[in-house]
Amino acid sequence: MALSVDIRLNHGDFSLQVAQAFALTGVTGLFGPSGSGKSTLLRVIAGLEGRARGRVAMGPEIWQDGGKHVPPHRRGVGYVFQDTRLFPHLGVRGNLDYALHRARGLDGPGLDEVIDALDLGPLLARRTADLSGGEKQRVAIGRALLAAPKLLLMDEPLAALDEARKAEILPYLERLCDQSRVPILYVSHSVTEVARLAQHMVVLREGRVLRAGPAAELLSDPEAVPMVGSREAGAVIEARIVAQHADGLTELAVSAGTLFLPRIDAAIGATLRLRIPAQDVILARARPEGLSALNILPVVVTEVREGEGPGAVVQLQAGSDLVLARLTRRSVAALGLKPGVAAHAVLKSVALAKSDIGTPHGLKGVSLT
Amino acid sequence: MALPDLGPLWLTLQLAAITTAILLVLGTPVAWWLAHTGSRVKPVIEAITALPLVLPPTVLGFYLLILLSPRSAIGGFWLDVTGTTLTFSFLGLIVASTLYSMPFTVQPLQAAFETVGRTPLEAAAMLRAGPLDRFVTVAAPLAGRGFLTASVLTFAHTIGEFGVVLMVGGNIPGQTKVISIAIYEHVETIRYAEAHLLSAGLLVFSFLVLLLVYVLNRRFPIHVGG
Repeated sequence: MALSVDIRLNHGDFSLQVAQAFALTGVTGLFGPSGSGKSTLLRVIAGLEGRARGRVAMGPEIWQDGGKHVPPHRRGVGYVFQDTRLFPHLGVRGNLDYALHRARGLDGPGLDEVIDALDLGPLLARRTADLSGGEKQRVAIGRALLAAPKLLLMDEPLAALDEARKAEILPYLERLCDQSRVPILYVSHSVTEVARLAQHMVVLREGRVLRAGPAAELLSDPEAVPMVGSREAGAVIEARIVAQHADGLTELAVSAGTLFLPRIDAAIGATLRLRIPAQDVILARARPEGLSALNILPVVVTEVREGEGPGAVVQLQAGSDLVLARLTRRSVAALGLKPGVAAHAVLKSVALAKSDIGTPHGLKGVSLT
Repeated sequence: MALPDLGPLWLTLQLAAITTAILLVLGTPVAWWLAHTGSRVKPVIEAITALPLVLPPTVLGFYLLILLSPRSAIGGFWLDVTGTTLTFSFLGLIVASTLYSMPFTVQPLQAAFETVGRTPLEAAAMLRAGPLDRFVTVAAPLAGRGFLTASVLTFAHTIGEFGVVLMVGGNIPGQTKVISIAIYEHVETIRYAEAHLLSAGLLVFSFLVLLLVYVLNRRFPIHVGG
């Protein structure tokens, strides 16, 4: 089953034109800069944009086609707004009950389940005005889930939060995205967020779909680097925790070898995703000796893409993973990098910052995958 | 000093209560529509509902007198069906007050609905709430202060009306002799003591009503943003 969208919407200077099928499994990250039409697309799917023309169908259910327009409250879509939109006249409990009462008889999560998953217990008796930004967003996510949606739309749920609040709420989001049976469309302008949460990715630019595909593939595609932004670009690879060392380092196995990272609090055997920013990868033709860097992986160059200006992006095969390195064209020439050339990738461990490391699935003692 | 007849007072309170109730029922959909429409006729409807604010009451009363008189289509129909006239009757006063006090209901409600805005309603729709459900459980509670202001102002304004009542209703004890007419009559007949008592009563009442509005406005701030 898929969500198929073929719509256009003109509003002043802005035009949105999207014909795209969204897989209804896991999380699809809708990525693009501000003003690219991500939020508008979500609103069209939810039925909140009366001006949109075209067709929206959720599997066999037609939500919009020609004169037909299923009103938003009959679509069974959950929506997490950037500004939370909790009802101020109802407390936290009242907000959750509002959704619960209207989803009676539907196959949705139970109140206790949602309260547990999002840690809402201590907040239940509070007024919404007394919550912090992160707490509000957790309640809003819980409220959306309790309405038993067939599809969950999340519109930059972290954008209004500061870094500390983001770090606080991301583990909940990850757990939700991992365990939720509900497909999620997740809008964000942060590639870090999308990389952490999404399996599929759709890149929007100026109201058009630029690229769509599996997130791991897209994030390791040199051609996608300009779309993501060269500072933000970077591949995501899977890693498994092998050992915790006494000197505070965690040893991880990736398909190409072994990595050491500052201690990650998770059990041995846990898998997690690592993001490797392209600008923090250094290449050497011979295995470097006498270098302080801990993390060096043998790689083979698969693609070199030279952009405008002095930069170039090199795609590397590291085991079964693809990673990206951002170099200068001068270095590419000096090292003679071209497809098939073997090299060693030095990952500057300082760049593998905590916020860039996928947090282990199932924090807080929940079963680890 | 003889106590003035309290009949006009009860009549006035009845008129104000009934008018307020009718206007809340009729004015709410109008205010809702004005707050949410993008229609081009919106300013026309806004201007019409605001007319009673600027027209001398005698102008409105004059047209109503003509419209409701037994010789007009409406008044004639009413006479045929019920055997009573709309003019110079309590019912006629209700019709007149409803029109005359319209802006005092519609304007505060419209402002309140505009303040609530669309965003909480969209959130409710995403939780499977239909249009009426959204109005009752989200828009109305969030616009609570607007309803309070509208009710109090409509009630108080109806109590104070004079010109329209005089034109449409005349001065029939128990039927159309409301408090403002009674004061007028006391002054005309140089019974100043009674006029003083009723006037002072109305003055104090009006002040207390307005005080209530402002106090409640402070106590129950508009819910925005949460």
